[in-house]
Amino acid sequence: MEYTILILLLPLLSFLTLGLGGKWMSHRTAGLIGTTSLGAVTVLSWLTAGLYFTAPRLADGTFETLIPYNFRWLPFTETLSIDMGILLDPISVMMLVVISTVSLMVHIYSMGYMKGERGFQRYYAFLSLFTMSMLGLVVATNIFQMYLFWELVGVSSYLLIGFYYTKPEAVAASKKAFIVTRFADLGFLIGILVYGYYTGTYGFFGEGAELTGMAVKMVPLALGLMFIGGAGKSAMFPLHIWLPDAMEGPTPVSALIHASTMVVAGVYLVARMFPLFIGYAPDVLHMVAYVGLITAFYAASVACVQSDIKRVLAFSTISQIGFMMVALGVCTTSDPHHGGLGYMASMFHLFTHAMFKALLFLGAGSIIHAVHSNEMSAMGGLRKYMPITHWTFLIACLAIAGIPPFSGFFSKDEILAACFQFSPVVGWAMTIIAGMTAFYMFRLYFGIFWGTENKELHAHHTPHESPLSMSFPLMFLAVVTCVAGFIPFGHFTSSNGTAYDIHLDWTVAGTSIAVAVVAILLATYIYKGEKQPVADAMQHRFKGLWTAAYHRFYLDEVYQYVTHKIIFRCICRPIAWFDRHVVDGTFDFLAWSANAAGDSIRTLQSGRIQQYVFVFLLGTLALILLLLV
Amino acid sequence: MNLLSLFVLIPLLMLGGLWLARDIKQIRAVMVTGASALLIASVALTVMYLQARAAGNTAEMLFTDSIAWYPALNICYSVGVDGISVAMLLLSAIIVFTGVFASWRLQPLTKEYFLWFTLLSMGVFGFFICTDLFTMFMFYEVALIPMYLLIGVWGSGKKEYSAMKLTLMLMGGSAFLLIGILGIYYGSGADTMNLLEIAAKGNIPVEQQRIWFPLTFLGFGVLGALFPFHTWSPDGHASAPTAVSMLHAGVLMKLGGYGCFRIAMYLMPEAADELGWIFLVLTGISVVYGAFSACVQTDLKYINAYSSVSHCGLVLFAILMMNQTACTGAVLQMLSHGLMTALFFALIGMIYGRTHTRDVRELSGLMKIMPFLAVCYVIAGLANLGLPGLSGFIAEMTIFNGAFQHDDPFHRTWTIIACCSIVITAVYILRLVGKILYGTCTNKHHLTLTDATWDERTAVIILIACVAALGIAPWWISDMISESVVPVTDLFN
Repeated sequence: MEYTILILLLPLLSFLTLGLGGKWMSHRTAGLIGTTSLGAVTVLSWLTAGLYFTAPRLADGTFETLIPYNFRWLPFTETLSIDMGILLDPISVMMLVVISTVSLMVHIYSMGYMKGERGFQRYYAFLSLFTMSMLGLVVATNIFQMYLFWELVGVSSYLLIGFYYTKPEAVAASKKAFIVTRFADLGFLIGILVYGYYTGTYGFFGEGAELTGMAVKMVPLALGLMFIGGAGKSAMFPLHIWLPDAMEGPTPVSALIHASTMVVAGVYLVARMFPLFIGYAPDVLHMVAYVGLITAFYAASVACVQSDIKRVLAFSTISQIGFMMVALGVCTTSDPHHGGLGYMASMFHLFTHAMFKALLFLGAGSIIHAVHSNEMSAMGGLRKYMPITHWTFLIACLAIAGIPPFSGFFSKDEILAACFQFSPVVGWAMTIIAGMTAFYMFRLYFGIFWGTENKELHAHHTPHESPLSMSFPLMFLAVVTCVAGFIPFGHFTSSNGTAYDIHLDWTVAGTSIAVAVVAILLATYIYKGEKQPVADAMQHRFKGLWTAAYHRFYLDEVYQYVTHKIIFRCICRPIAWFDRHVVDGTFDFLAWSANAAGDSIRTLQSGRIQQYVFVFLLGTLALILLLLV
Repeated sequence: MNLLSLFVLIPLLMLGGLWLARDIKQIRAVMVTGASALLIASVALTVMYLQARAAGNTAEMLFTDSIAWYPALNICYSVGVDGISVAMLLLSAIIVFTGVFASWRLQPLTKEYFLWFTLLSMGVFGFFICTDLFTMFMFYEVALIPMYLLIGVWGSGKKEYSAMKLTLMLMGGSAFLLIGILGIYYGSGADTMNLLEIAAKGNIPVEQQRIWFPLTFLGFGVLGALFPFHTWSPDGHASAPTAVSMLHAGVLMKLGGYGCFRIAMYLMPEAADELGWIFLVLTGISVVYGAFSACVQTDLKYINAYSSVSHCGLVLFAILMMNQTACTGAVLQMLSHGLMTALFFALIGMIYGRTHTRDVRELSGLMKIMPFLAVCYVIAGLANLGLPGLSGFIAEMTIFNGAFQHDDPFHRTWTIIACCSIVITAVYILRLVGKILYGTCTNKHHLTLTDATWDERTAVIILIACVAALGIAPWWISDMISESVVPVTDLFN
């Protein structure tokens, strides 16, 4: 597997070529360089997956963990160092496939979507940088390498969100995304430091590794802190605020980074540390589940009322990542047959979600490309203008809603089954959220393709189907969405590595299908028609709730208040004032007093003989008096 | 002649050359030749040093030599380098070289400017090669005094005030330092000024160490921007001309960290162990305080100066952790900060030279107008906030890792506090980048400005290449430094 190094090197080379030489390239050349290198990476990733999963299993029924490369990049102490290497195990290989596939689709799609944009070369350079970092993150051999690439994906995300750097909203959004995730990464970093200090290594602990002494007590803390980092990247409540704003970036970027790959890094982190979570910190793991649950519910409720289609999709992403977190968090053992099902379900959902969410975003991009707006008010009735986009979008909607035989049904069903095993309350809560998902997705679908058409706008500028470079990725991903559910995913990935046969639990599946169908019918009833009396009435009836949800329950305002009013006004300004007036003032005062003292005794050195004689005589007189008395 | 003496000799020759130079072309020729010679010498020294180490030479200092020049007080011109000084010499040579290009078109009094500039460089190089306390002190002063004139004559803004303030505060520091050095000399039995011999004896009584350690540490700490003695830095940097800011923040401030490590910690370990916590608190405050202050500044140079307070605070902070990893990190941070901040000051100088303002409120949308400078500014910013692949990351991570290995929970707690600076750094860097580079240009006078000239590009590209090289391939320099800090850190185990 030595060739896997190319998976990282090719995008890096492409980044350097485009970054340094892009200025002298035509758009076409730049796009071709980026896409070709990514094509090669995709081929290599699929090849790796093929070779890896067809290799014979070890005696205990797991796939062998391969480390084709590992070298000490930056040594700290004898035991601690940042190593750079490549680690292949079922989840990292699965991620390689996901990332390279989606990234390739986005590269192809962008050739059409970004055509003629200023900064086209820069765009492809950043895409390559992102892909390299994300691939490096998933193949990390140790937690510090992961952190390193984690920061790099953060910065690529920053650069891509702020791609339209002359737009103030984009600049603000990129800044917000970076700072919020940086803040979360602080938790990650401290977690890593605690982990390294107590366990004496930055390596991952495999199944059945033993911790001793203080490490047993401190590892849960370390894992909890690391999860803060994961929660920041994966937009878990309350650190999710950057993701909806991140939609200011070009839409293909949202599809790649903010829907399918980077935002699931947190899920991947938890999955990576899963043996430790299960072995030493089950309580922290369940905390993860509750955070996921709250996030999933919150985001789903906000998604129900948003009018910007990318925002709806962003909140949907947040909600779906919540699902994955819940699935991981409800694991109680590492045996997939008894309480460990969630691990497999989470990875499965990660896989299917990446495909259909990328599809949704690329579809949204196609729509935005056609109507030049993100707002649903500019859409409606688009099905007749854009058949390919319409049908692929519908497939993705059905998948995310959990309708068989589309992929989302299978993975979501496993998640629900795992939740029911953990506790019926969590199971029902998740079923309801799944119903909300179906509802808001079909609200979106009908709002775009059916509903009230903005005839005035469309007459002025007739929407058109996108070129092949854009519709091909849509069709490809739609096909994947149709068939991915039938992948025997449990054979590749499971909580203890052994093969697990997915079997549908029809009581759970039946319930979830029923809930989804009801929700879809409800959405159809409310949003399909030209006139939408029910929707208007509801909006009017629950005005307060609707407004609050539309404003995302004012969380952004709270953050705004805390950062601007409290941190800037009450910490930064006083400190700066203190520095200038108190600290510096003290030194200025010292200088001034030295000056003033010199000034005031200067008269003693006047150079006038009369004065000296006068003082001399006075002194003598005083001495004489002193001696006499 | 000893190889190391080249580093003093070349600047001396440059001074002679400048004195003879008749026009701007000759001045430039002298400066470029001299700076290149220094750069080549430092690279050659690094290679020779690594070869000697690879060949198994385990002496603490290599290329040592000693000539007595004032035997009555045992003052010698003793030279010698270890991995730390080699790294510092390399850094100084790079910054001097790029500094020459950054002041390529400086007017007026070009010749005088370069004379002082070269003298300043000589002081810096002399300080790093010497192992004799008094000679080190002498070179330290040689480096300080030209600052006064360089800022006072060629500076901008309230330059007289800043020059006076900077010089007085640093002189105050060196007064403490002189007492400290004399204390060490007499405390150790008064027969040598060579710090290696003093350290080998290690016989300064603890009661005396308790007095001389704080004085020495403080003396160097003032130069290393230790809170609350850092206030010369914002004013001084803001008023200094570009290349002087580069040299000052890039190299001169490193003298502080280097001196604290080489003299205060090395010669008086017992007192450092006892009293280190006081300074640890001060440096910890520097780190966070500098970062918070930078958040609300409006002058580009002030932002960078406060950022330097924060980053240099981290150097002293790491030194006080007294273990191998943290001290390695401290030296890496000196290197990294030196390169980054020189890059920043160079870019700020170039932007200021065009827009004639450094007020962030008056600048916007520069990315469209001067793309080269703007992109470099973004890279410098990313290096500053610790992006992996650039030098800031490796330095900070080595420090945090080393500091967190300290067994005392007090030290670990302060490490966590210091870690918070990475978030605050991101805040002020991104705020700045967003404000001045992105968006649309609102000032119509700025629309016609031009991008960097070739000499500016040379300076900036060299610095960026070094920042990236350090960030991508850190292991060799990290190894070189970490084996050299052992003699000091061994004293604490």
